[in-house]
Amino acid sequence: MQTTNIFSFHGGIHPPENKAQSLTLPLGHPSLPKELILPLSQHIGQSSRPLVSQGEQVLKGQAIAINNGFLSSFLHAPTSGSITAIEERVIAHPSGLSDLCIVIEPDGDDNWTERKPLNDWRRISKTDVLSYLAEMGIVGMGGAGFPTQVKLQGAHKHPLTHFIINAAECEPYITADDMLIREKTEQLVLGIEVLQHLVEADQVIIGIEDNKPQAIAALNNALAQHNSTIQVAVVPTKYPSGGEKQLIQLLTGKEVPSGQHPADIGILCQNVGTCVAVHDAIYLGQPLITRFTTLTGDALKAPQNVEVLLGTPVKHLLDYAQATHKKISRLVMGGPMMGFTLNSIDAPIVKTSNCILAASKKELPAPAPEQACIRCGMCEQVCPASLLPQQLLWFSKSQEFEKAEHYNLFDCIECGACSYVCPSSIPLVQYYRHTKSSIREAREAAVKSDLAKQRFEARKARQEAEAAEKEAKRLARQKASAQKTEGKSTATEAKKATPPAAETKTAILDESKKLKVDIALAKNKLKKLQKQLVEAQENEHVEEINHLQLQVTEQEKILTSLEQQLEKMATTPAEKSTKAAPAPVNEELKKAKIDVALIGAKLKKAQKQLAESPDDKELKANVSELEKGLVQAQSLLDRLTPSTAAQKADMLQKASSKPTVNDDLKKAKIDLAIAKAAVKKVEKALKKAEELKAPEADTLRQQLLEAQQRVDSLEKALSNPQTQSPMTEATESNASTDESAAKNEQIKKQKIASAMAKAAINKLKKRLAAEPDQAESIQQEIAAAEKRQQEADALLAQLTQSQDTM
Amino acid sequence: MLTVLLAVGILLALSLVFGAILGYASVRFHVEGDPIVDQIDAILPQTQCGQCGHPGCRPYAEAIANGEAINHCPPGGQATIQALADLLDVEAIPLDGDHGTETAKRVAVIREDECIGCTKCIQACPVDAILGAAKQMHTVISDECTGCDLCVDPCPVDCIDMVEVGVTSKTWSWDKPQGVAATSMNIIATDRKAEVAH
Ligand code: SF4
Ligand code: SF4
Ligand code: SF4
Ligand code: SF4
Repeated sequence: MQTTNIFSFHGGIHPPENKAQSLTLPLGHPSLPKELILPLSQHIGQSSRPLVSQGEQVLKGQAIAINNGFLSSFLHAPTSGSITAIEERVIAHPSGLSDLCIVIEPDGDDNWTERKPLNDWRRISKTDVLSYLAEMGIVGMGGAGFPTQVKLQGAHKHPLTHFIINAAECEPYITADDMLIREKTEQLVLGIEVLQHLVEADQVIIGIEDNKPQAIAALNNALAQHNSTIQVAVVPTKYPSGGEKQLIQLLTGKEVPSGQHPADIGILCQNVGTCVAVHDAIYLGQPLITRFTTLTGDALKAPQNVEVLLGTPVKHLLDYAQATHKKISRLVMGGPMMGFTLNSIDAPIVKTSNCILAASKKELPAPAPEQACIRCGMCEQVCPASLLPQQLLWFSKSQEFEKAEHYNLFDCIECGACSYVCPSSIPLVQYYRHTKSSIREAREAAVKSDLAKQRFEARKARQEAEAAEKEAKRLARQKASAQKTEGKSTATEAKKATPPAAETKTAILDESKKLKVDIALAKNKLKKLQKQLVEAQENEHVEEINHLQLQVTEQEKILTSLEQQLEKMATTPAEKSTKAAPAPVNEELKKAKIDVALIGAKLKKAQKQLAESPDDKELKANVSELEKGLVQAQSLLDRLTPSTAAQKADMLQKASSKPTVNDDLKKAKIDLAIAKAAVKKVEKALKKAEELKAPEADTLRQQLLEAQQRVDSLEKALSNPQTQSPMTEATESNASTDESAAKNEQIKKQKIASAMAKAAINKLKKRLAAEPDQAESIQQEIAAAEKRQQEADALLAQLTQSQDTM
Repeated sequence: MLTVLLAVGILLALSLVFGAILGYASVRFHVEGDPIVDQIDAILPQTQCGQCGHPGCRPYAEAIANGEAINHCPPGGQATIQALADLLDVEAIPLDGDHGTETAKRVAVIREDECIGCTKCIQACPVDAILGAAKQMHTVISDECTGCDLCVDPCPVDCIDMVEVGVTSKTWSWDKPQGVAATSMNIIATDRKAEVAH
């Protein structure tokens, strides 16, 4: 064992220790209470998620709640029994509010679940050990209950120079850690060794105040037996030497810079209770289900330390320590400096409850009324964080939050030293707490309003995009229909017809490109935020974590919405093409038509040339080639035309309402026009072929016949639109299914009608209550509405019946 | 004479050079948008409720920048008016009651078994905080709900309630001490007897 240098920190006070009372009796083991109440939120971060349900039987040490996100913890059943409720119960919190708790009724058997110690912790990876500790529900037992594995992970960011075990226990009255060291010295040393293996610090120091001689002796003894390199540093008793930053300063002389954390300067602190819990988890396979708690105060006849099951109601412990309930003037959880008043004796012990102080009136008299600050400067002299309390008070009173922050309000550890010495009895810490929470609230509100703004703007952008898309579609449709009626038989027009489609396509492409860029940007931002979040979590920047988490989830949402938009974008063109069914075929058709026209033109030219110089062999060959091409193109065109017709028939089958019939009529007319044009063209071609006595004349004639037939049939169909389409047959064949669908629809409609009538009745009744002078007319309306509802209901019943029989 | 000319010449050259630099800087570092509107918008609560008579907070921010009164936003209440007054360096005035009164923070909750799935509320929600599809049950993402009230009226079956957001142990905050001459009960340095013992 080596000795270490002891430094000192600024300020501090020497309140009476009052520690002897609770050390006269040995460690107590209270009996099982009637019920155990386990709040789902016993730690910093998100509440745990219950794993059990009401009525379930659980065994001692069984996990009953699982961590809910990164900064959260597991919870285990402290004894065997049944879950009687998962409900809101009063919890140990300065607000006195209730929160969700799992309530266990012990069965008295104390049956353990299977315990699996992690004996090979030296061999398996550190990450595995850390996650094992997380599963054992280990959180910091000295302060706010920071999940231990998160803290240990954070310590890996910088090489650790010091690993400090906090055994200072500077707060008056509390002796729980003192008792723990005495009772579980061996376990403590083993637990520290496990942690040291995980963090690999250069030096391991146990910092302990000199008012615990027995504990110091026990420690030295155990360390000597272990041949351990762990050092014990005995620091003079001064409040608050047990503050994390103060102890670090005492043992290393280093000051943790404002806004930073010990891990940032290569130091890790753990409480002795946590080290013992780590030992129990690793060597015994026991999760964190008990803790040492000091029961003290003048109102107790038997003040003592107890090893108590988590979830034990304070009332049970008070009875155990023989409390005179009348004498209790204030019940405090924690010490008299940093603790908070409990409003209810039903609140349970949680992982961070180190002391129950049942103080009599004489012990903790009501504080004197607050007076004006006399600028004596005593608070500044005792502040261990080297702040300017009176300045902070000033800014807190005048709500100048920015200035308060500028004066490092968030470095205040709320130790209460300033309040303790203030001759004007100003509850300084309460002002700081209020200001801190106001600032936090303002920050959160700012984040929220930022999110709302983003969502609002995203919605606006989306609506605008939708409107623009609709407009574009409308325009495209207009153009297309205009061209269709004009008849797109000539090449030039066909050419014109293509641009709008291409335009919308390129527009969609553009938009999807933009979206993709947006997504990439959003992803980047998300990554950054996540990184920040992890850093914050590692560094225990508790304030930032919530803020960042909000941002991260928001960013994730934005990302998914963007991706969805993109998907939609990708599917819309497809939809469009299916909706405007013949579009691609139309395109081909157009192309074929253009081909025909082009080849026709070329042919004409060649023929003219041929007429001029009839002996030119080359020209002749050319002409015959062109003629062949023409035939090919024409046949393609023919093939395509019927296929579009078929598709149209398809569409008609799908269509069922009148407007579509109208549409079909239009389409049929257009088809007719196209067919007529085709006939004309073929006629022309035929004429030419005949002039030239080309061999194709026969085929052309045939085509002409076919085309004419088509025209005839189309004309017939047009004149008789009802029978024209195969649709009618199709609907008839589908009639039965359609009917039931229609009935369903009707039933739904009736349901809605009935619901609306009900709502109307409700509204009217409300009005009736509000305006009794118009009672009659309103009553009439109600009657009418009721009738309506009845009618709707009757119809509904009928419909459902008929549907059932079907 | 020559020196005078020289001096004038040098000054002229200098002014040209600096003018060019300034001109370049004003183009190069041009601030996009209207910063005052952004600043006002940042103060407004972004509830997007339209109670100010504008379709959202930003339009109201623009209106304020153009001289509209700063007391038309009920969700922001007096705190927002104060912040706006500080920003614009004008007198803080009480909230204009014509636009509504300041209420505690609320969120919309749909009584889900009564919802008929008409999607009217979705269309009304300014921040897309309602989930649902036609003829399906709808629900409100309470974290995203700004409590703007806009979905309540369109609902044909009146199944949307505005529920006050209660305080939980996570959102609870310490009260401010009453000030001079008041006795605080929650003072943490509770050990007054110790002082007597000094
Ligand atoms: S409560 Fe804060 S301001 Fe007061 S002495 Fe402690 S650290 Fe300093
Ligand atoms: S100790 Fe009290 S009275 Fe003295 S300066 Fe500080 S706040 Fe003011
Ligand atoms: S009244 Fe509503 S919309 Fe107008 S600024 Fe305030 S929160 Fe925004
Ligand atoms: S407006 Fe009412 S009925 Fe319609 S979807 Fe919304 S909650 Fe349901």
